[in-house]
Amino acid sequence: MALYIVTFSRYFIALFAVLYTVECFLAFRHEREEDRKWIYIRQTVFSFLFHFCAFITMYLKTERMDILFLFAFQVIMLYTVIALYGMFYPQANRLLLNNMCFLMTVGFIMLMRLNYDKAVRQFCIIAASCVIGLFVPYILPKVRRWDIATYVLAVVGVLILGTVLVAGTVTNGSKLSFSFFGITFQPSELVKVFFVLAISGILTMSRSFLQICISAVIAGAHVLILVFSRDLGSALIYSVTYVALVYVATANPFYPAGGLLLGGIASYAGYRIFSHVQVRIRAWLDPWSDIDATGYQITQSLFAIGCGGMFGLGLYHGSPDSIPHVETDFIFSALAEELGTIVGICLILVCVSCFLMLMNAAMRMRDLFSKLCVVGFGVTYLVQIFLTIGGGMKMIPLTGVTLPLVSYGGSSVLSTLLMFSLVQGFILIGEKKHARTEKKQKEES
Amino acid sequence: MQERRRNKKKNREILIISAFFCALFTWMIGYFVVYSVSHEEELINNSYNSRQRMLASEDYRGTIYDRNKEALAVTVIAPDGTEKRDYPYRNLFAHTVGYSGKGKTGLEAKYNYYLITSNISDAAKVENELAGKKNPGNALYTTLDLKLQEAADRAMGIYKGAIVALDPKTGKVLAMVSKPDFDANTIAENWDAYLADEEKSVLLNRASQGLYQPGSTFKIVTALEYLKQNDDRYEGYHFNCTGSSRFGDETIHCFHGMKHGAVDFQSSFAKSCNTSFAGIGMSLDRTRFGATASKLLFHHDIPFELPSSVSSIDLGERTTDAALLQASIGQGRTSISPLHLAMITAAIANDGVMMKPYLAEKIMSPDGSEIKVFMPEEVDTIMTKEQADILTGFMRSVVTEGTGRKLSEADYKAAGKTGSAEFSDSSTDSHAWFTGFAPSDDPKIVVTVIIESAGSGGDYAVPMAKRVFDAYFSEAN
Repeated sequence: MALYIVTFSRYFIALFAVLYTVECFLAFRHEREEDRKWIYIRQTVFSFLFHFCAFITMYLKTERMDILFLFAFQVIMLYTVIALYGMFYPQANRLLLNNMCFLMTVGFIMLMRLNYDKAVRQFCIIAASCVIGLFVPYILPKVRRWDIATYVLAVVGVLILGTVLVAGTVTNGSKLSFSFFGITFQPSELVKVFFVLAISGILTMSRSFLQICISAVIAGAHVLILVFSRDLGSALIYSVTYVALVYVATANPFYPAGGLLLGGIASYAGYRIFSHVQVRIRAWLDPWSDIDATGYQITQSLFAIGCGGMFGLGLYHGSPDSIPHVETDFIFSALAEELGTIVGICLILVCVSCFLMLMNAAMRMRDLFSKLCVVGFGVTYLVQIFLTIGGGMKMIPLTGVTLPLVSYGGSSVLSTLLMFSLVQGFILIGEKKHARTEKKQKEES
Repeated sequence: MQERRRNKKKNREILIISAFFCALFTWMIGYFVVYSVSHEEELINNSYNSRQRMLASEDYRGTIYDRNKEALAVTVIAPDGTEKRDYPYRNLFAHTVGYSGKGKTGLEAKYNYYLITSNISDAAKVENELAGKKNPGNALYTTLDLKLQEAADRAMGIYKGAIVALDPKTGKVLAMVSKPDFDANTIAENWDAYLADEEKSVLLNRASQGLYQPGSTFKIVTALEYLKQNDDRYEGYHFNCTGSSRFGDETIHCFHGMKHGAVDFQSSFAKSCNTSFAGIGMSLDRTRFGATASKLLFHHDIPFELPSSVSSIDLGERTTDAALLQASIGQGRTSISPLHLAMITAAIANDGVMMKPYLAEKIMSPDGSEIKVFMPEEVDTIMTKEQADILTGFMRSVVTEGTGRKLSEADYKAAGKTGSAEFSDSSTDSHAWFTGFAPSDDPKIVVTVIIESAGSGGDYAVPMAKRVFDAYFSEAN
């Protein structure tokens, strides 16, 4: 019996992932949150079944009781988060919340498969981050002086990144993190949140040329520090986000066009100046000729992606451990190998639906600052996904960034959860204002 | 109100950004699907991929069959569970099927992925696992014909060389023999000895990797180029052969100093008159000649599943007169693999269309479903149908009145070209060539033979080819 479950579970895993994803897009057919209620309930059920099938398979494969305990804790945590949101913030966007939980579920499954200890650690970090995130929509409306906060965040961001550049520890040739009290922290993840808030704040004050120049100086400082820390993936994410924000704020197509041109020149210059960029590009163009060294990571990732097939090899039937840094940079390749191409596509689509839901929310907002922040978070989020998944399948050069909410890594999870919580906060502020104006209009008439 | 309108306007920008990212991610999903579907085989076969070992631990290697379902390679499982790859025909398919043991070669290496993958149903896999058995790997059906391979092998006898037999219409390889060969069952024990013996080089598949001077068989290409440069007219050509002829500083001799007397184009070809063909070669535009050679895949990789060597020739704008002279009779710095010559011959037999030679016919799951079927593929049209018909006529005259007369008595109408490539200064040392097909009016099989250091093609290679043709047509009847 157990053997049958293990063998056929991959089809059910794929089925529930597909059902969940379909519901994500069905949600866009309804304008009002109330009409989406049943979609959300079905989603929660599918997400649970997906989670359940994967963990029961892993339990039967390894026969470790602690896997079941971990599963129980994860389920309790996820439904507590959903329930608490429902209780405190009934107006919050449930699709975003569900997707957040689904992506965390995917992360729980893959990390459990790859490394039990890391799965437990990641679960603790996620639980703590969720608690922090729960307070964010409550605190957000209390912040009154965004004009001061904006500059403070900008300066703090630059200072933190600068500190890492000077005093950070080197991993894989890039200065990304520093440790205190035994906890390794990757500040560029958290500074991303500050960055979006700061740039949005500056552009909200005024869209004059001078103001845009100020924002450009701040953005440039961030990006340059990141380039010198050799964190090219983050540098790219910051740049694209900045360009998108200026474009939305000014509605002037010359800004993105100019940004593209400047980005092209900068990329070429970077390619000529930095040898590590050249190595990355060469490994992208032809990893096979140097498969022992620079091409090793990407070819192992390609092996994983290429071998999965539609339904995957099944949990514990592949060998994703052969990919270096699989839990952080290549978790998608591991997923494609063992859970299959179908689940891989579902994961990409869920991420896209998160993004579209953010854009949808941004378009409904009347307050420019909220609008810009939400667009900024959405772009940051999606560019990062594009870099990590595209890099893992040799579509673009590798940049070594994580898959938000799925990959192992505390800073990445904390910053993503902060972003999503801030978006919920902005949505709630918008809804409150909306309700107030409607009430006023009613009274007047 | 104004504020609201301005915000509406900003929504257009958000829509554009959304559309941009949707397009980007559609591209990414497409890339992902195409990549994961189309590269599975090549990725798993890479020796850096540890998944090969994993598959081998779950499935035992599938069987390799000939075209009539004769097993050429099977996995035998001992009662204690140990697996051994058995090659019932020992040496016979050593270079084509190859071996799996000390490394992998031949089809065993090329289709390794399919052989160690099992496409039986999941339910059957569970049953096997419950019974503690491994799953049977998929089976590979080849285009090879056991009877024909045996005939070719017997024909070669103790000589060194190679025989290739193709189906000209599809490119299917019916037989491929390379001598000397080795026993695929005992390769591990004899490995070091084989590697050490460079002179015999038994591990080399001479049929696709051996490079030889084509000698007079190259006159097929020279004749084709003459037709191309003279609007398919050759009737007006006449030459008086005196056994040798001087071109500048070079003297060209006919084989063993034979005097052919007055010859036209067809009899020059049939009798393989070197002096006549050297003159024909000198009359040709060497740049265009070089382009034709390139179209015929000289200096190009041969599209084939097993390792193959690249044929070469000195033909082009900067070719000297002396080199052109040598090239037009297939000597000098000209080299060709037997498989490549067979492909050119097959193109003549197939109205000028060159087919990609192939060995793998289909992959079948052990429970009988088709996993993958390999279809014939055209490489290129290398000549017109008219030119192919004229060349067929020339090659038929080789058999009826020329150097290939040992085939003239056969029940089928064979056509071909002999060659005797003198690879050293000693006039007795020559490689014997024959390349041809039968029946000439509706070609079914192409046979190319090379025998190292045997003597003339007409005396040695033609009888061997005849035995392969005989086997084919007696089996067909």
